[in-house]
Amino acid sequence: MIKLIHLTREFQGKGKALDDVSFHVEKGEFAFLTGHSGSGKTTTLRLIHMADRPTKGETRVSGFSSDRTSRREVWKLRRRVGYVFQDFRLLPRRTALENVAFALEVTGARSAGIKPRAQRLLTQVGLAAKAGSLPSELSGGEQQRVAVARALANDPLVLLADEPTGNLDDRATRGIMELFWELNARGMAVLMATHDLELVRKHPRARVLELDQGKLVYDSTKASTGESGTPDEASSSTAEG
Amino acid sequence: MYTIREAILAFRRAPLLAGLSAAMVGLALFVVGLFSLATYNLRLALESVEERIEIVVYIRDGTRNDEILLARRELSALPEVLGVELITKEEALDIARRDLPEFGELFTDLAVNPLPASLELQLRPGRRDPETVARVATRAQVYPFVEDVQFGHEWVDKLFTLRRVGGLTASVLGAAFALVAALIIGAAVRIAVFARKEEIRIMQLVGARNGFIRRPFLVEGAITGLLGGLLALALTYGTFWVVYRYLFSLAWIPADWAGLGLLSGTLFGVFATGVAVRKYLREV
Repeated sequence: MIKLIHLTREFQGKGKALDDVSFHVEKGEFAFLTGHSGSGKTTTLRLIHMADRPTKGETRVSGFSSDRTSRREVWKLRRRVGYVFQDFRLLPRRTALENVAFALEVTGARSAGIKPRAQRLLTQVGLAAKAGSLPSELSGGEQQRVAVARALANDPLVLLADEPTGNLDDRATRGIMELFWELNARGMAVLMATHDLELVRKHPRARVLELDQGKLVYDSTKASTGESGTPDEASSSTAEG
Repeated sequence: MYTIREAILAFRRAPLLAGLSAAMVGLALFVVGLFSLATYNLRLALESVEERIEIVVYIRDGTRNDEILLARRELSALPEVLGVELITKEEALDIARRDLPEFGELFTDLAVNPLPASLELQLRPGRRDPETVARVATRAQVYPFVEDVQFGHEWVDKLFTLRRVGGLTASVLGAAFALVAALIIGAAVRIAVFARKEEIRIMQLVGARNGFIRRPFLVEGAITGLLGGLLALALTYGTFWVVYRYLFSLAWIPADWAGLGLLSGTLFGVFATGVAVRKYLREV
């Protein structure tokens, strides 16, 4: 589903944001990508989403290789990979329903089916009652639900989430995590970047990948078989959880 | 359908920004419109002066009429010559009496008409430069019955220099004004696109094709350019009307100039939007 092969991303004058990172995320898997700020989490997600290109190595996502997918074709990949941000990135002048419908419109969905589908997606994330509200009228958790509904518009096989709970309180965070697990239970792979180790500990069923200064320093699946390097305190805690 | 609807909705969602963009485009093109109005009227004035360039071939007394008519026919056949008018001795005297009434008595008391007959040559537009005038004058001098040929050499030279300087100045200033207008339109459109960069990013994020993202913006750019062009046209016409009504008479620019202005505004709106959107499409 997601395959990173010796991935390196170097920025001129800033050094390596990612250094020879390799891992696979299988279909239906739920994985956390953890690490401190600047460890390379967002760079990894951007490379998977092909918003950026590796300096060395290759990403393969749902049949699309970074070596062979041109800029013009990236849209095909994006329809299979949903993306959720910490800051929601909703259009402020459009209602919750319109924000979701927008994703369907711009990807060429049949106009007759757009509104009912957007409504169904909002129902799926538990926001049917707030369809007519503007983002400014919604709480952080509700806005993130709208963002998730939008990310689901094209039935993606993978959901990438970059610190999706970073701006949310505990209760909203719980709600979003439950939603992610529900989606995962339906077969969607979820790769969620977070620096919140408490949150990671609360979800022991998830795989944990840890980045440090651009290197993959811990992979819980390999740790259990003794293949990975020395896990740090966070990873140890997760492994215990 | 989506393209048109989104382009129109963009104006409704942010009318102030859309209106400001169109106004900036309009004011930039207004400067070009004013310049066109001035240039066109100066050109008309210069052309009317140029029409007065003529070569006068004075004919010796006693020349046979058939010789003069043959010369007239031959000179008329020259490619540079628009027409040749024969002024007989009698007509010359009549003209002198009419144009110079203060010498009326002098002309009346004459026993012999001292004024020569002449051929007046008009040159075709575009062939009134000093070299052509001198060449045609030299050609006219070959006839043995020609007393003198006059064409105001210095005056033609000065007029031609004025025309060349005017043409060059108009081209350079016109290009400069057009460039300034282009930069202002570019900036106005960039501001409008910048305000919606988040929208572009989200469209890319969810997998919209670049062409699909670009189209509503291009239509919006065309509408902005067209509205700006119409505003510029209205402002230029308003200025023309005030000058015509209260200051002096002048001509309105030809319809094809106005059409070209509107088309340029529209096309440049599309072009500038294309460049601005492309920038954001490349960023993600």
